[in-house]
Formats: sequence, structure tokens, C-alpha cells
Amino acid sequence: MIYLDYASTTPIRKEILDAYQKVLRVYYGNADSLHQIGRESQKLMEKSRAQIAQLFSVSASEIFFTSCASESNSWAIKGFALANMYRGKHIITTCVEHSSVLHACDQLEKHFGFEVTYLPITKEGIVNIETLKQAFRKDTILVSVMAVNNETGALNPIEECAKMIHEQTRAVFHVDAVQAVGKINIPYEQIDMVTVSAHKIYGCKGSAILYKKDNLSLLPLINGGQQESGIRGGTSNAPVNIVFAKTLRLALEEQGNTYAHVKQLNDTLRQAFREMDDVTINSPNDALPHILNVSFLHVGSEIMLNALNERGICVSAQSTCSSHKKAHSYVLSAMGLGDVISTHAIRISLSYLTTMEEIQALIKACKEINHDYGTK
Amino acid sequence: MTMVQNKIEYNHILVRFGELSTKGKNKKDFIKRLLVNVKNALRAYPHLTYERTHDRLYILLHGEDADKVAEILSHVFGISSFSFAIRVDSNIEHIKEMSLRIAKQADAKTFKIDTKRSDKRFPMISDEINRAVAGPILKQTDLKVDVKHPDLKIQIEIHEQDTYLMTGRIGGAGGYPIGVGGKALIMLSGGIDSPVAAYLTMKRGVAIECIHYASPPYTSDRAKEKVLELARLVSRYQGHVRVHIVPFTELQLAIYQNCDESYAITIMRRMMVRIAQRLSEQIHALAIVNGESIGQVASQTLESMLCINDVTCMPVIRPVCTMDKLEIIQLAKQIGTYETSILPFEDCCTIFTPQNPVTKPSIAKAVKMEQRFDYESLLTSCVDQIEHIDIYPNKEQDENEDLF
Repeated sequence: MIYLDYASTTPIRKEILDAYQKVLRVYYGNADSLHQIGRESQKLMEKSRAQIAQLFSVSASEIFFTSCASESNSWAIKGFALANMYRGKHIITTCVEHSSVLHACDQLEKHFGFEVTYLPITKEGIVNIETLKQAFRKDTILVSVMAVNNETGALNPIEECAKMIHEQTRAVFHVDAVQAVGKINIPYEQIDMVTVSAHKIYGCKGSAILYKKDNLSLLPLINGGQQESGIRGGTSNAPVNIVFAKTLRLALEEQGNTYAHVKQLNDTLRQAFREMDDVTINSPNDALPHILNVSFLHVGSEIMLNALNERGICVSAQSTCSSHKKAHSYVLSAMGLGDVISTHAIRISLSYLTTMEEIQALIKACKEINHDYGTK
Repeated sequence: MTMVQNKIEYNHILVRFGELSTKGKNKKDFIKRLLVNVKNALRAYPHLTYERTHDRLYILLHGEDADKVAEILSHVFGISSFSFAIRVDSNIEHIKEMSLRIAKQADAKTFKIDTKRSDKRFPMISDEINRAVAGPILKQTDLKVDVKHPDLKIQIEIHEQDTYLMTGRIGGAGGYPIGVGGKALIMLSGGIDSPVAAYLTMKRGVAIECIHYASPPYTSDRAKEKVLELARLVSRYQGHVRVHIVPFTELQLAIYQNCDESYAITIMRRMMVRIAQRLSEQIHALAIVNGESIGQVASQTLESMLCINDVTCMPVIRPVCTMDKLEIIQLAKQIGTYETSILPFEDCCTIFTPQNPVTKPSIAKAVKMEQRFDYESLLTSCVDQIEHIDIYPNKEQDENEDLF
């Protein structure tokens, strides 16, 4: 099997798995219990929180453990909007965010009377600073922009956005950094809320955090006890929270070494695809090298996916067909790439684990499939 | 189940045969086959034993769960109905005593005793037995007799040594025992109609095997898994089903490259029937069955059927041909295949969907287009590469079973 779907999820790192198993076996107490065994879990979890805060150069009280990035995104958006609606009911986001962001915004519009501006994106798949500026209103309370697009790897100008938002408005800035952490640097100190997931950086499934500045108030989505400063209820998933720190530390430590390797793989792929007929590269030239989105104009997304799968190669396609009606990639459509490209796209996502042999095998397979199954 | 049963130590199930009672000299074969089918269906219950009389089958439970056995029996064709029964000695005192116990436990206000005396040497006639048994019930319970619409009907069947007491009747699946009518090959597509067609075919006593055309990578593994799951669901009626998966991609691509787009589906269906016929010859199937319904889609008009049917002289049976979609859906829900059928994975028929498929294809045109390429060798290679999979009603355990 050649796994090239690391943007979906990653295999757990051995060091993390070992740590996780140890915690599960030894520190099984409920972190809220007052007895010895519960207190030990609690201590380790707080140590993890402190270490995460240190890695981000923020304070430990600003790190909240959640169950997944979708929860972090939903909470950042709905929790903040509902707690601050007295200040205004306008939110700005982009039309290519993750569904957890888009659906949270949609819910605020439909059920809570908010107005949401969905920013268009450029043909490079990113937010235009001027467009953002024009969307500001007096009652804008929140702006949410993803750091790296999950389908194309397009890099949004997060620092410029942060600067502009804070200079010109009183709105807070949330960043979905799920695809960015461990790959590029995030200017945490300039952002008000950040979503990070563990399973995209070789950690545990069901584990994420929301970084949120101390001065911001969020309404809880999950009501419960005093966990997570009393604003995110539910028994702490102490084992995954404890190993989050190590997951993040290892990802950040290796960021520098692995980037060059992945870049080289990406360059090889781009070169090969450029030489093929009827293939378009949809990721912008300066995209994150870990993600490469391409369309084989004569092979539909799902067909390409099936054919690669048959050859033991795992990639993903955002647009999988359900009978008769073909689904579009909304991201590629928003980039103005048209129907054919957005129904024929696949996403290849790379890792430090990916080898050049795997990339060569992928290229060979793509050529064969394009030749055997292409239909005009 | 159609009747409320009162459960008190039922130790038998009495099975009544279906339509086969009318089948004259073939009757013996029918009963034999039914017994084999029942035993196959119940092979997971090793303690059961069976006794056969000329018009009944008795299943002795030996402690097995009567409800679970009944659930399986209700899927066996050739059974008109069955009842949970208690066996006692053919002794009037024992009969009275057990009938009273049944009456006491029943949640009923009125009752009726209905005796059949198969053993005419029994010293009392049916009517006398009825009254003798009713006596203690009238005295010791509040139940009243109602011969027209009793809440509780105690049926008593007296044989030479044993007497069976029953209180209810569960409707069976009807039809003929599977296998008495030979074997047919079902074209199983993954849609709603073909599993229903399979069910209706089996109900007439015809054993089935299934053929499915897979076109990877145009169709996904999930589509194939869905078809196998549908096969599993219909296999409950015959205990096992063999599925033949035809690798159809090359032939489909050849059709796509050589034939007019509007005729692609017609010619694809003609190829499918040709393959089905060749496979039928190998497996000794006597008919091809599919889920076509007149007018449902372009390839299911009478003109299309004529054109597609032209390639074979085998009977092509279309059990749901004249049914409305809603009627088919209702049956699909009843036999439990609907939920699986509506899962949204592509099957052979929904790929290559031309914008304007021909609704009135002509045989001459189809033949002419087929002459443009050497489909014979492609057909042969399809048939040679068929994958055969045996499917059983119970989901197979896999290597990850220890995780659950």
C-alpha cells in the first residue's frame, strides 16, 4: 500500500503510541477525581497543557482540549458569536473553509440572526486582503480564515489578515490551522483563536485543541462540570490530552527537516504532471508542498480514486459521485476552475514518510490509468 | 409473526406444507426437498430433530429457542404456516390438564377447543373431547366459550400415541420449496428491483445463483460490497447463494469506443445477456432473471426488451415487469433489501449514462454496431475471468473480531 492521503489523517507515531499505551495502562484515573490516581492524570494533563502553551509561546490558561478540530472550529465560532452578539452580529469567513466552519456560520445565520460574509477567493485559492478590508463592518465581531486549504494547500496571508483585522476593527480573528501546524510557522501571538488537531500530525484520533486568548469569552457548547475552566464539560480524555504535547513537540521539531524532503517530492510530481497531456495542476505554485491537487481531465475523480486504489495507492477526492449527479469540489469551483476540473480532481498529500519510490509509482500508475480509462 | 403466541414449554413446532398439497404425484419430491431446505436453514441448531408425516413436519425443539427457530422458518418457502406445539400422551386426562394450563396462562376472555382426531380408535369422538376439555376450563377460569371469534383457540390433534396442543398459527413464506423448480441465474445489479426479482423467483421454488457485472475503476469496491450484501440478504431464503462477478470493464470500454452513444446501454445489456447465457450453460441454470420493469428506464421499454432479448433463446424472466415502482419498493422493504439498495454507489448501469439513450432501439442497428468490433473474444475473456463467491446468510467473522 502506498498511502498518499496524509491530509486526511496520519498514522500514529510510534513514540506517541508507546506513550499513549503507558498512560492508558498506568494513569487511568479520572482527571477530576480527588484521589491519588485521578490527581496523577490531572497533573500530567496540566503538564501537557503547559508544554503546548510553551510551544506556542502563549499562556497555559489559553489552551483548551477538545475532541476534534470540528469541535474546536464550531466552538470558536458559535461559542464566541453567541457570547458576544451584543457587540454585533456580523461574521466574515471564506467560501472555502472546512465544513465545520461553514456549517457553524450557516447555523448562526439561520437560527440566531447573524449575518455572514463569505469572502470569495482568488484564482490562487487564497483570500485577497483588499476584499477582506472591504467586508469589514462596524458590527463585525469575528473573522475566521483557514491557514492552509485542505484541498489545494493554498496558503492564506494570515499575518497580513491579522494585522489588517486588528488595525481596522474590534473583531477577533480565528484561524483553522489544522493543515498548517507542523508544516509552517503560525504567528499565534497575533491571532485570537487557533484550531489544531492531533491526528493530522501523527497523534491520536479524537484529540484537538483550541487556543483562545484569555480575554475572550466563549459560551460552552458542551455543558458539564468544571473541566477546561468550566467552559467545556465532559470527562477529560486525559490519555490523548497528555500525549498531545509530545505529538506537537515532535511535529514542530521535525518541521524544518521534513519540509525540504516533501518539497522535493512535490516538485517531482509537478514536473511529471506538467509533462502529461490533459492534466491540470490546481494547487497554486506557492502552495504548501504537502498537498497537491490535480485534475485528470478525462478521468473522473472517483474513477481515478478507484483505479489508484486498485493499484494499492490511497489518495482522496473531494468530489465523489453519487448516482447520476456529479459532486463538485466547492473549493476548485470557488477558484473559478470550472466544472470539468472540479469534478475530475484528486488530492495527493505527502509526508516525511513518503519516499521517492512511492512518488514514482504514483506517476507511473497515473499515466497508465490516464491511458487505459480516459474517456472524452 | 401473525398471531400472539403464549409461551409455555413449547417443545415442538408443527409445520404445515404450502401449495404443494395440490401437486399430485410430485408431492413426495416436494416434501423431501422442503425437509432438506428446512434442515439447511436450521443447521445452526444442532439439537433439533425432525419427524415427517404425510402432510406435516414436526420439529422437536429439545430446548432450542422456539422464537429464533420460528424467525428462520418464516423465510423458508413451501411452508403455509406453522405453530408452536406441546406434545402430550394421547390420554384424555393429560390433554385436559395441559389445556387447562394453557387457558390459565392465556390473556384471553373467550376460548374455543378445536379437536382433530386422526386416530379414530381414540375412545371419544372430537365433539366429546371438546366438551371434556372445555369443562375444567369453564370451572376453574373466567373464560367463556365463543366458537365464532375466540380470543384463544386451543387446537388439539390426536394421533395414535401423541397428541399435539397448539394455540396459534404463524404464517409461513408460502410458495414452493426452493429447488423443485430448477435453477435460474439472476442479474443482480445493486438496485432496488433485482433483489425483489430474486425473492419472487425463489418463492416459486426456483434455486438461484447471481451474476453481477463489475467495471472497476468506473465502479467502486463499495458498489461490489453492496451487491454482495444484497446477495447475503436474499440468501436467507435458500441458505446460501453463489455470486458470479464478471469483470466487465474492457467490454464496456470497447462498446464505448465502437458504438454510438445512444446505443451504448442497449448494446451493453445485449452483452450482459450473452454472458449470462454462457454462464447459465456452465452452471445448468434454465432461465435468466432480471429486475426490469416496463418503461422504468430507456433500456426497459418493450422495444428495448425485444432488442436485448434478441441475443438469447433462453427464457428471460422479469418477475417485477408489471409492478409499479412503489409496489417494488414495498416488497423490497418487506424482504429487508431496500435500505441496502438505496446506498448511493455507482453500478454498471449508472456509469456511461448517455445524454439521450435510445428508447426504441432496432435490432438491425444494434447488430450493425456490434459488427464494428470483435466482441466474441471479449465475451469469452469475460466469462473465463468470472470470479465465483459463495455467500451465506450469517455475516462472516473477520480477523478483527477480537476488537469487538
